[in-house]
Amino acid sequence: MTVRISATPFEPLQELATAQSGMPQLSGKAGASAIFIGAMRDFNDNDDVQAMTLEHYPGMTERQLETILDETRGQWPIIDALVIHRVGHVLPGDTLVLIAVWSAHRSAAFDACRHILEALKSRAPFWKKEVLTNNDERWVEHNTPF
Amino acid sequence: MPIRVRYFAGLREQLGRTEETLVADGISTVHDVWKCVNQGEAMADNILAAVNMDYAKPDSPVKDGDEVAFFPPVTGG
Repeated sequence: MTVRISATPFEPLQELATAQSGMPQLSGKAGASAIFIGAMRDFNDNDDVQAMTLEHYPGMTERQLETILDETRGQWPIIDALVIHRVGHVLPGDTLVLIAVWSAHRSAAFDACRHILEALKSRAPFWKKEVLTNNDERWVEHNTPF
Repeated sequence: MPIRVRYFAGLREQLGRTEETLVADGISTVHDVWKCVNQGEAMADNILAAVNMDYAKPDSPVKDGDEVAFFPPVTGG
């Protein structure tokens, strides 16, 4: 189970390939891999957005993500999971979050992946501040409901 | 050991400070900490709190040396 906060842009498919190459336990066992990639949009709440800053609480963010992964492992029979989340200055199109879950079967992989994402969105201390195209800045006050 | 109080995101900007320390005299809960650093004002319902990096409630206990953080609803992902 891996949690990483990245202050620089990352390429999700490369991260996935690197992570999987270091996980021999998946070979022949992980019949299902569920992957979620979240990227920054250039619009929000009917406004055009040119950039964003993602703030986090170093230490607590990692701890909350690790807790979420632990409880996920307790609830579904997953083999392994990976969460990488971006912080800092972000541009539209940049990857914000990568979640990967490996399991023997699809049901656990899908459900666990979605659980990790929804739990992250409600509990992991990250905050988004948007810069609109008119240069106004504003804190995002809530996530889009699922 | 004093209590370390930290603020994040919009709340940090609104208060105009990142962190401060205070002595634990007369402080036993998260809400006591909030009132102490905000001139007795009650803590708004939408403010989240953590003690030593775990989520806490207004009536959660706080002791010497703890790190208490206040922040708005989280918006990651």
